[in-house]
Amino acid sequence: MKYRLDYLQELEAEAVYVIREVFAQFQHPCILFSGGKDSIVLTHLAAKAFAPGPLPFALLHIDTGHNFQETLDFRDALAERMNVRLVVGYVSDSIARQTVTEESGPNANRNRAQSITLLESMEYHGFDAAMGGGRRDEEKARAKERFFSHRDAFGQWDPKNQGPEIWNLYNGRKNEGEQFRVFPISNWTELDVWEYIRQEQIPLPSLYFSHVRNCVKRKGSILADSPYLIPHPQDEKVELNVRFRTIGDMTISGALESSASTVAEIIAELKEMNQSERGGRADDFRSESSMEDRKKEGYF
Amino acid sequence: MNNTKDILRFTTAGSVDDGKSTLIGRLLFDSKQITQDQLEIVQRISERKGMKEIDLSLFTDGLKDERAQGITIDVAYRYFQTEKRKFIIADTPGHLQYTRNMVTGASTANAALILIDARKGVIEQTKRHSFIASLLHIQHLIVCVNKMDLVSYDQSQFEQIVASFRDFAAKLDIVDVQFIPVSALNGDNVVDRSQHMSWYQGSTLLHTLENLSVANDINQIDLRFPVQHAIRVDDEQLKDYRAYAGQIASGIIRVGDEVLVLPSQMQSKVTSIQGMSGQVTEACAPQSVSIELSDELDIARGDMFVKPMNQAESMAQFSAMLCWMSAKPFVPAKKYVIRHTTREAKMMIKSIQYVYDLNALKRMEGVGELKMNDIARVDVQLSSPIFVDSFRKNKATGSFIVMDEQSNETVAAGMIF
Repeated sequence: MKYRLDYLQELEAEAVYVIREVFAQFQHPCILFSGGKDSIVLTHLAAKAFAPGPLPFALLHIDTGHNFQETLDFRDALAERMNVRLVVGYVSDSIARQTVTEESGPNANRNRAQSITLLESMEYHGFDAAMGGGRRDEEKARAKERFFSHRDAFGQWDPKNQGPEIWNLYNGRKNEGEQFRVFPISNWTELDVWEYIRQEQIPLPSLYFSHVRNCVKRKGSILADSPYLIPHPQDEKVELNVRFRTIGDMTISGALESSASTVAEIIAELKEMNQSERGGRADDFRSESSMEDRKKEGYF
Repeated sequence: MNNTKDILRFTTAGSVDDGKSTLIGRLLFDSKQITQDQLEIVQRISERKGMKEIDLSLFTDGLKDERAQGITIDVAYRYFQTEKRKFIIADTPGHLQYTRNMVTGASTANAALILIDARKGVIEQTKRHSFIASLLHIQHLIVCVNKMDLVSYDQSQFEQIVASFRDFAAKLDIVDVQFIPVSALNGDNVVDRSQHMSWYQGSTLLHTLENLSVANDINQIDLRFPVQHAIRVDDEQLKDYRAYAGQIASGIIRVGDEVLVLPSQMQSKVTSIQGMSGQVTEACAPQSVSIELSDELDIARGDMFVKPMNQAESMAQFSAMLCWMSAKPFVPAKKYVIRHTTREAKMMIKSIQYVYDLNALKRMEGVGELKMNDIARVDVQLSSPIFVDSFRKNKATGSFIVMDEQSNETVAAGMIF
């Protein structure tokens, strides 16, 4: 045996350590499950952290009502396969309660509304920490995120007043009503996640792989055609061979034209690609700091 | 597949003016880590600021407030990789008031990159950064003498700076120092070899980072296994399974090993090790594993497995170096909470031996208070013992944090040596 870890082993060991710290330091933590590859990898790591025992966290999914059917089917199958409790918070319920007002206008989406539904769901179920698949390489505002990220009683993130995080000694102390978001795969890049998926042979929703789909071309982006998409005059409807690089709400997840149909082909494609991961996310285009602004409000 | 690729974590320190953000931007740009859409955003902002060429520092300046002020206010993490290595950069601001950020960034680093402006040479800030790197026991220091273009790529200027740095660093506890003359703005010796400094025979920055040997950074001699929690299963398939989960802080553990559990001093034998890909016969730091023992012992979070002939020192009273990180000054009579590995105890700071003056690099005795960014040697008393090695010998068991029970904040980082 060589007494050195390779980079994936080191990232895995770090993530599992963080997940076990969450279990030890919080009363009622959950995994925020989006159906995307990062939260799937996180769930896989959490299962490893407690093997051969059961996964001790519920999965919390915030459903905008505009999800891909493939995501929902995958989510339900995964929860059943892993024998884990699935909790769903619906944005439509928040709208009905009038705690969320539906956006209007041609670029309306439910992305910001998710933050409110998330906070309401955490409060309703009594979750005091939510682990997410957020990674620091995703976006500028995330580059400064802690592993253990404190949220005040209103779920707000204060980037200028984050506690220091030294060595791997995480501090999850908080007052009643406050919560934490925890990001065990903070140090992974998009490519690391894919290499790990390949190594571990982790199943993913079919959306990640090349398929034929009715799409809408809009301002250089390709979106899935769906009843939830508000038509624009310049929209061009086309059938394309696409796959999704990130999976979220159908109205904002940009597709890319690709013939990559296996994990190995996706990795090869990623290495050649000259666009960042969130390049197709319509929500990040709103302004230079839109992710930061959403995070301050409680977004993941 | 390349299975030998490892991780190098390094921290960068420098001030607004010595071009640290530009250097990192150059490193990312020249090693082809910047995508087309990121480039376009930075081009757009650069144009709006009225700049002719793209401002490389914009690749790393993160939050909205910082972009407005043009300074880095918090530790930001950056990632890139080459065929050889994955790199994690902890990019920290360099001002005096940000000592706490430097300590944070340095705490997880294998190497520190120190920037010196070739026109200014070794200044107080250089000394401060190097001192913190040495305090945090970073083994490798890479000193980049930047802005060589502004001193006409002059060899003697570079050599003078090297000499004066060596002079000062002799007093510090640093194993390995390398010097590289660079121009981040023009890209000399960052990723590509400079066309202007034929007198320099050493490596470029990227080549240096790719080849630093970090094999000795983790202690693989002294087994220290802090328990995170116990995994218990008792069902049809698995009868009365009980294992202890944790990340090996240092050393190697094998099936069949005799281990001693602290603080109970009970001895037992390792019967199985569950690794991340199933059962293994041995495991080393920093692997996350779960361990079964031959005896049913009362073991809880915060306990530590060691070898009977190689124990950590059990201490409830000791002196330590402390970096105070809270805006609220230290209160002498107050009870704080210490977290050391997975163990917690109440803590009181009994006395301050001295506060380190980071500018003069000397000790100030007779100081009664600790303010944000102070580094001091203190005597502490705990409510129950922790299991300690000297920080120099074992970072994982020589380090701790201090938390405030009322505000819940982390108020200090500590090192025992």
